[in-house]
This record gives sequence, C-alpha cells and structure tokens, in this order.
Amino acid sequence: MATQHSRSAARVMMAPAVILLLGWMLVPLVMTLYFSFKQYLPLRGGDLGWVGFDNYVRFVTSSAFWPSIQATLAIVGGVLVITVILGTFLAMLLDQPMWGQGIVRILVIAPFFVMPTVSALVWKNLFMDPVNGLFAHLWKSVGATPIEWLSQASLPSIILIVSWQWLPFATLILLTAIQSLDSEQLEAAEMDGARWPSRFIYIILPHLSRAITVVILIQTIFLLAVFAEIFVTTQGSFGTRTLTYLIFQRVLESQNVGLGSAGGVYAIILANIIALFLMRIVGKNLDA
Amino acid sequence: MARAVTTQRKTLNTIIAWVIGLVIFFPILWIIILSFKSEGDAIRPPLEVLTSSWTFDSYAVVQERSDYFKHFVNSVTLSVGSTLLGLIIAVPAAWAMAFVPSKSTRNILMWMLSTKMLPAVGVLYPIYLLFIRLGLLDSRIGLVVVLMLINLPIIIWMLYTYFKEIPGEILEAARMDGATLREEILYVLTPMAIPGMASTVLLNIILAWNEAFWTLNLTAAKAAPLTAFIASYSSPEGLFYAKLSAASTMAIAPILIMGWFSQKQLVRGLTFGAVK
Repeated sequence: MATQHSRSAARVMMAPAVILLLGWMLVPLVMTLYFSFKQYLPLRGGDLGWVGFDNYVRFVTSSAFWPSIQATLAIVGGVLVITVILGTFLAMLLDQPMWGQGIVRILVIAPFFVMPTVSALVWKNLFMDPVNGLFAHLWKSVGATPIEWLSQASLPSIILIVSWQWLPFATLILLTAIQSLDSEQLEAAEMDGARWPSRFIYIILPHLSRAITVVILIQTIFLLAVFAEIFVTTQGSFGTRTLTYLIFQRVLESQNVGLGSAGGVYAIILANIIALFLMRIVGKNLDA
Repeated sequence: MARAVTTQRKTLNTIIAWVIGLVIFFPILWIIILSFKSEGDAIRPPLEVLTSSWTFDSYAVVQERSDYFKHFVNSVTLSVGSTLLGLIIAVPAAWAMAFVPSKSTRNILMWMLSTKMLPAVGVLYPIYLLFIRLGLLDSRIGLVVVLMLINLPIIIWMLYTYFKEIPGEILEAARMDGATLREEILYVLTPMAIPGMASTVLLNIILAWNEAFWTLNLTAAKAAPLTAFIASYSSPEGLFYAKLSAASTMAIAPILIMGWFSQKQLVRGLTFGAVK
C-alpha cells in the first residue's frame, strides 16, 4: 500500500520527465502558433507584423497544397495497403512449420534496421538508376528500354522504397499476434469442415483485427512524417511533395516561416486526429 | 499444440518462405556485394558484377575521403548519449507510475504518448530558431537532448510495462524488512528490472541511430551522424556505387546486428505495449 511518504516521493520522481516533456511540447507549439499568425520572413525583412488567419488561408489556397495532400494520401495509402496485405500473408507463412524459420525471420525483418537515408539512396542509385541500376540492366537484358523510375514513376517508386522499410514492422507485429492464436480453435473449425477461406475470414482475421488496427495507426503517424526518403531522392519534385515536405520547404528553403507554421499547425491537427484513435486502443490495453 | 504436418507441405512452406525472405533481404545483400567491388565493376550487369574480382579498396577510400570514423563516433555519441540520458530521467518516472499508481497515472501515461505523435515538421522552425539562439546548431549536445526528448515517451512506456510485471509483493517485503526507498530501488528492483532495461536501451539506440529528420536538419559538418553522412552521397561526383555501398554497409552493420537481438522487444516498444 502506498503511504503518504511514497506518494510525494513518486511525484518528485516523475517531475523531471513531466516537466521536460511539457516544455518540449508547449514551447515549440506556442511558437509555431505565434508564427502562424505573423508575416515572418527571416531573410526578407523579418517580422512584418500580425496577419490574422492569412497564412492559414494562403497555405490551403496555394497551388502546391492539393497536390501535396494527394501525394501524402498516395504514399500513406499505398504503403499501408502493401504492408498490411503482404504483412498478413508473410506473418501467416512464417507461422507455419518449416526449416530455417529463425533465419527467414531475420531476413524478412532486416530492412527495418536500415536507416532511411541509406535505403533511399541505395534504391535510388543501385536499383532505380536508369543507366547503371540493377533494374536498368534487367530491362536491357530482355531488350526493354529502362524506366526512369524516380521521374516517370516517382510515386510508385517512393511507395516501393517506403514499403520495403515498413513491411518488416507489419509482419513482426502481425506474427506476434498470430502466435497468440489458439491453434485448437483452428483445428476444431477444420474438423467441423471449415475450408481455408472461411477459416481465414472467420477465425484468423477477427483475431488479427486489433493488431492490424495498431499497425495501421502507428504506421500512419510515421508515414505522414516520411522525410529522408524524399529528401535524398526527388527533393519533392515529380509529384512527390508531401505535406511534410511542403512545410519543410516553406520553412527552411524559402524561409517563409509564417506560412510554413500555418502548414505545421494543419499537420499537427491531422496527426492528432489519428493519434486519438490510437490512444483509445492503447488506453484500453492499459485497463486490462 | 503443434498440428501434424506432412513433410511435403513443410517443404513447400520452406521453399516459399526462403524465396520471399531472400527477395526482401536482397537489397541489403547487394549493397554488401557491391561494397567489395571496384567502381568500374560495380556498375556492370549483375552477372558480371558477381564474377568480377573482390577488393577492400572502397572501405579505405570512404574512410580517407569523408572520414567515416568521425561520423560513426557522432552516431554512437548521439544514440548512446540520448538513450542513457533518457534512462536516467525515465527510470524514476516509470518506477513511480508502476509502483505508486494514482488516479492521474493513466492520464499522464497517455499524455506522454501523445507528445510522441507531434509531427516534427510542425515544430521544425521553433526548434531550429532555439538552436540558433542557444548556439546549439550542429552541436552534439543539442541533438542528444532532442533525440532524448523524442524517445523519452517510448522509454517510459517500455520501462513501465516491464516494471508492471515485477510483483509488488517483493517490494513490500523489502520495505517491511526495513529497506529504504533508495535501497529498495538499488538492490531489489534494479536486478529484476535489468532484462527489461536492457531491451529498452537496445531499441532506443536503434531508433536514435536511424533518426533522420532532426539529424538532417540540425547538423552540418561537425555533429553530423551517419544518417547525414550518407545523405551527402545524394549529389556525388563520378562513379560512386562501390563507395556508397561501402559507406552504407558500415552505417547499417552495427544496428542490423543489434536489431536482430531485439526482435521481440521491438514489437512491445513500438506498439507501446498494445501488442506483446
């Protein structure tokens, strides 16, 4: 039982973490909000005064806004579809008896540990380069004209790179979830004559639904923030300028801080909506 | 209970799984192969690459030209430093929440998690500005603090879930035997918590090592870790496949090895205990 003494000790012990995180959250947030209502151009005149909601209006009415939303949705959606479907398949496959299971697992998980700049640069050069890349050699060997992946098929290329990085995450989490499935339940269904598709739809999928939801929500938060993969490949050209990259360009490249900050506030709101769903699931687990 | 499976089916599983596993792993394998080739050989068609001669030259060139070792030290400093600093702050907090829970514990935990959801780009300029004002731009200490702060929620959450699994009765027994709070933490809790703490450290070093938003935006030459070092290869001069491969191999090898040891903790850490 907690005594009064240990309660106050606990509060003291939590204080550093709480204060630091509070500061880390509030200080930049307040500054972003502050800048978002200002015309602020550090390299061209500095602080030019309050402009109300001008930045918010200009950010969404600029010609770059809707394409950036489309690029963001394409990347987040594309990667989610690929990683969840392939991840479910791979998790079920890895759950089957086989020889060398541990090694296959390691092979499948490996891409997750490759830093984003390495995977993006390696894909861009060693594989997707239209002259010397591996794909170009393969295309030439069958007499086809090599594809200029990052300009002609820029979005699919980025989706491929990011999916490769995130497939291990989805697989690993879904595999953990599948392994907790009671195999007797499956056997009973099998004995009752349930065929493969119905076993999958009525037993495996419902069991996985929670894990799939967690995968989708966590990946969405990370995928909305994809940055390095675009930074070292297309630099936002050829229709790959996502919301995150657009804000980065406004803030650091064109140094229009007011406008970029308004974009930042939009990004924060968007992430919070998704976070709300994630937190509800995690919170339920906390009670259990 | 294991289900009876025919050898035929097991063979089929094995073949499919190995083929898929090798396809997924292939890019990493290809990086490693090219890193041992000369620049001229590295751009040839795949079959010719495999039959060409092997060399360590690229590794020497990478170290010589762009000082791999300096960036490696920066990466180690940033990832280990931020993780240890985070641990010092997180252990007391997680301990307090796990063993002296109050009505607000749940809300505090959820709130901490929510700070992790803040998109970095939303606060890029304020942090950038603060770094300039405080003279922290391109400094290792500044990045250690930022990386610590972005991973602190994960560290606290992981430690919390591990601490929760330690039976509270043992602590009570120690208290009854007259152990002070300090002794209780040092001699009773710590030994039991070491496996959980080790996994937490491992996962957070990996996350900090691979972090590629703040490390790219807040460093230049001095404090740049391997993420930024590799990014400098995005506008190269001349042939560079072998050098890029050698640099990449050296950048990912340490963490690849650590990562394989932390598979299990990865799930728990990255889902905040939602999937165990």
